[in-house]
Amino acid sequence: MNSPLMESALTDPALLRSSLLQSGCVSVQIRKQSGTNFELDVSVSFPPGITILFGPSGAGKTTLLDCIAGLVQPDAGRIATPEKIFFDSALGIDPPPQARRVGYVFQDLALFPHLSVEDNVKYGISSLAAENRKRRSNAILESFRIAHLRSRRPGEISGGERQRVALARALVIDPQILLLDEPLAALDAATKSRIVDDLRAWNQEHRIPVVYVTHSREEVFALGEQVIVLEDGRQIAQGTPHQVMSAPRSETVAQLAGFENIFDATVTSAHEERGTMTCKLAGTDVELETPLVRADVDSALRVGIRAGDILLASPKPSGLSARNLIAGRIVALVQRDVIVVAKVNCGVEMEVHLTLAARDSLQLQIGRDVWLVIKTHSCHLMGIL
Amino acid sequence: MLVLGTAMREGKTLMDWQAFWLTVRLATLVAAVLVVLGLPIAYWITYSSRRWKFLVEALVSLPIVLPPTVLGFYVLVMLGPRSPLGRSWQAITGHTLAFTFEGLVIGSILYSLPFAVQPFAASFAAVDPRLMAASQTLGVSKFKTFFRIVLPLSISGLVTGVALSFAHTMGEFGVVLMVGGNIPGVTRTVSIDIYDKVQAFNYSGANVTALVLLMISFAVLSTVYALNRRVWVWK
Repeated sequence: MNSPLMESALTDPALLRSSLLQSGCVSVQIRKQSGTNFELDVSVSFPPGITILFGPSGAGKTTLLDCIAGLVQPDAGRIATPEKIFFDSALGIDPPPQARRVGYVFQDLALFPHLSVEDNVKYGISSLAAENRKRRSNAILESFRIAHLRSRRPGEISGGERQRVALARALVIDPQILLLDEPLAALDAATKSRIVDDLRAWNQEHRIPVVYVTHSREEVFALGEQVIVLEDGRQIAQGTPHQVMSAPRSETVAQLAGFENIFDATVTSAHEERGTMTCKLAGTDVELETPLVRADVDSALRVGIRAGDILLASPKPSGLSARNLIAGRIVALVQRDVIVVAKVNCGVEMEVHLTLAARDSLQLQIGRDVWLVIKTHSCHLMGIL
Repeated sequence: MLVLGTAMREGKTLMDWQAFWLTVRLATLVAAVLVVLGLPIAYWITYSSRRWKFLVEALVSLPIVLPPTVLGFYVLVMLGPRSPLGRSWQAITGHTLAFTFEGLVIGSILYSLPFAVQPFAASFAAVDPRLMAASQTLGVSKFKTFFRIVLPLSISGLVTGVALSFAHTMGEFGVVLMVGGNIPGVTRTVSIDIYDKVQAFNYSGANVTALVLLMISFAVLSTVYALNRRVWVWK
């Protein structure tokens, strides 16, 4: 386990300096075959802050986390933090999970059912002196607002509280990287956002990479500073949520994202009595009527509209039930298989999908002025948690 | 109740207390040794991925189906002066293992092994492997994880295994007869005593002794089932 290389990395100032330059970034290049028809083959890096690992189930997300944590051994490759090599097949380095200091919140949380909340949290720091242990666990219990539950068992607290205990237990060991495997999937939005706030606050101080696995597209937009999309064991896209979801048309990403149109917006007014509100798309004068969500006026959120949910009309229609009628001009018109993809500039560029027959009967072409018709409930609001 | 009352009045002739306490001592010792021996075996059976694991499982479970006389015969041969074990024991202690209390302990351990190992292994297997993974990522060794996570969550299997091997040893007959014979105070256990009494037409004595054995077995098992129902449910 104590390879000469690791020791030299700790004592050689040049090596130490070069690793410090990467400032906490965890890099992973691994291959792992499991079964006969699945291979994980990725090369990714996780900078400090939240990185979303997004993809359908079976894409290899949990396997990737298990490899980082040391619970599963990759076939080949390298996993390293600036301070420590977690795995290097060429050098034969593969420390056990105990030696990696990885905070791991499992999908089912894996809280120890026979231990109290406090003992769960203290579990990973049992080698510390009692006084120090007490201080550390108290601090983390406070920052995740579960100090009042300390003597309860996991079976006696709510789902959201259990999430907090799992986070506290994983973070109290002062990990170099935090792995979250769909930790909040089962929670309602309000509970989720409060927990994420506390996690963000914690990470403001500690600045470690947080890898957040999800297959919920809402969470991608809400949480991520960076998104990595996995499919069939490979990364098929990487970038900011916005870049990834509206980036070069990888069909899978589009399918995963579901929304061809994603815009930043601010709430301009809420109409409680009608169950709607008005949002202004960022950088434009375009105002959309959207379903009412719990958001203050002037708060920022994102609007997602599926390209197939938008109608094109010319000339200006009247007598419509749809509440959003926006003027724009066609800037691109491409036939893709049996659908026509139109890009309409109305201050922002909206993608609209039409049939061939619709294109022909409206005589659509580039440069033509059209009206976009969007139903209120076709506007999907995604909070920025 | 009437029979028990009679037994108390007439005392010794009906109930051989020496045999009784010898049996209790034997069963306690065997149950204790089986905890020490059975836990690692059960752990290995649960978590090993060796291809020949099934052979060990079959071997451990053999006493369940093997006639006790067959087991007893092999143990007797194994303990005898012609086997390496018997010879080395004789060289160390100066007497043979066969027909001694120690020999009885060894035979009983083999005889009751599956009754300890199987409940242990079943309860280990029921512990969520993600809990052990969590423990490891929190820096706790596999060995300590066993004592801090696996064992506390397997407590019902542990109690069941101890109780079953205790009760099973209390009532063993065939192996004892083959290995230990019938030496009062050394190898005469309660079930041998019952057999003796019946042979001597002492039916009331046999009846009392059998009843005591029955009640102990029932008490042990009902305690186990009661405990497993109520306590140790972490939900």
